[in-house]
Amino acid sequence: MYAQQVDTGSKGLKSLDEMSPEERHFQEKVNAETKIEPKNWMPDGYRKTLIRQISQHAHSEIVGMLPEGNWLTRAPSLKRKLQLMAKIQDEAGHGLYLYSAMETLGADRDDEIDKLHRGEVKFSSIFTYPTLTWADMGAIGWLVDGAAIVNQVPLQRCSYGPYARAMIRVCKEESFHQRQGYEILLTMMREGTDEQKAMVQDAINRFWWPSLMMFGPSDADSPNSAQSMAWKIKRHGNDDLRQRFLDQTVPQLEFLGCTAPDPDLKWNEETGHYDFGEIQWQEFFDVLKGHSPCGVERIQQRKNAIDEGQWVRDAAVAYADKQKANAA
Amino acid sequence: MSVAMQNNQALVEYLLRLADTDMVLAQRFCEWCGNAPALEEEVAMMNVGLDLLGQARNWYDYAAELRDDGRDADFLAFRRNEREYRNLLIAEQPRGDYAVTTAKQFFFDVWHHLVLTGLTESSDERIAGLAAKGLKESTYHRRRSSEWMLRLGQGTEESHRRLTDAVQNLWRFTYELTDTDEIEDQLAEAGIGAGNVGDAWRAEVARVFAEAGLDLPEPARHFYMDGKNGKHTEHLGFLLAEMQSLPRAYPDATW
Repeated sequence: MYAQQVDTGSKGLKSLDEMSPEERHFQEKVNAETKIEPKNWMPDGYRKTLIRQISQHAHSEIVGMLPEGNWLTRAPSLKRKLQLMAKIQDEAGHGLYLYSAMETLGADRDDEIDKLHRGEVKFSSIFTYPTLTWADMGAIGWLVDGAAIVNQVPLQRCSYGPYARAMIRVCKEESFHQRQGYEILLTMMREGTDEQKAMVQDAINRFWWPSLMMFGPSDADSPNSAQSMAWKIKRHGNDDLRQRFLDQTVPQLEFLGCTAPDPDLKWNEETGHYDFGEIQWQEFFDVLKGHSPCGVERIQQRKNAIDEGQWVRDAAVAYADKQKANAA
Repeated sequence: MSVAMQNNQALVEYLLRLADTDMVLAQRFCEWCGNAPALEEEVAMMNVGLDLLGQARNWYDYAAELRDDGRDADFLAFRRNEREYRNLLIAEQPRGDYAVTTAKQFFFDVWHHLVLTGLTESSDERIAGLAAKGLKESTYHRRRSSEWMLRLGQGTEESHRRLTDAVQNLWRFTYELTDTDEIEDQLAEAGIGAGNVGDAWRAEVARVFAEAGLDLPEPARHFYMDGKNGKHTEHLGFLLAEMQSLPRAYPDATW
């Protein structure tokens, strides 16, 4: 997902009896679905987990602009260029919005961005893959934004108020992006040339498995997931969300007239879900460690932008200071 | 040729100049994606780029209707070559650093605002309507780039130096912003075009330069190239090669 493998620092769940009075009061509020707000007391682990998760989410929005930026200067029509610019603008806005939510927890945006640039924190694995054709803009909108929505819809009910509220707005815009992405692919499949149709299938072949990996490995035995669930930051397990995504996506894939690169993908009457093949998790772990086609380049580009912009930000600050001094 | 037909032909040229300039500037903003000096500027630059691209599309649509040759707005944007493009030279200059983009945008925004203001009075209702819509956006663009001129001009020694360098390099291209040719004069006389905005442009630029602490150069002299008539600098070819690559590689495709 946009935030993957978030460390909660938990070594096991505490029962209410084992908690301090403050912790117990907090947990009871969470259990009663009362939103936690910035000024409320919260366990240190809760605060740190949210900072990790929200910053990773924000970083992913910003880094996620880059694979699209790769095609922005080559968008093939006025309409598509307008759509992609608007999508990227939304993503930058999501990043800002999320960093603000994160700052309500006492973290600093610049510090967290520095950590990203030093490689100390992650962004979503999906954005380390290259975008090779225009069809990738459709596949990303449909599959990647689609997977993000499945994850983010439950986050609208996250126990932390500012994050939950940010997600409401983000989800609305992501749904729009997903429909646009699908429409890019549908147009190419319905009205396009054979070359364009092949481009669509190729994009799906490349983004299919990485999209499923976005949800992260099975969290059945993960203490982090159990803790996040107890805190109601997380509402569903990774496998549940992945299945939900797959179940909604396969009919859309069929409507497109395309196939998935998975010979084991088939409808299971008994379970009422699609069965699918084994995910190659080694690729996911490799990618998270930076062994990926574009991971290094993405961070380098972000770092360059911020480094090269230092003099601009310095000038803005100096000017604001002068204005203040003059007004005084 | 009747006066009406002459005006019609001139009007197509005039619309293409407006559209191409907007289009090329929007393309330069696309190049900033992921490279802006701050996240707030990612949002702001994409926003301005979107406005300009939207305006380009409106002008192209109208030009395509008047041409009435079966070619649509996408054809005009993506299938005309550098000798057919009619944008102002300043628009196609490389994005450079943030000082170059700021100065370029400021010179354009002041001009654009004046031209759109003039066009709201156009006897051509379609133009007047589109200009009124564009003017709202342009008012924000001009305010934004003027504010950045002040920040960079008065900010630090480095920002002042970079902005001064950018102004010195770009100034020669401002001649086009203060000059009109026969087509523009003809349309201004017919009550359709905006006419020459040179005096007002110089006054506004001088005002902001004074506040930003920048030396105002002598008025730019006649220039040897002429973007409005398809004589460009070497930068446009590469910009179009990239921007038009898909429609040219797949001429039969539908996107």
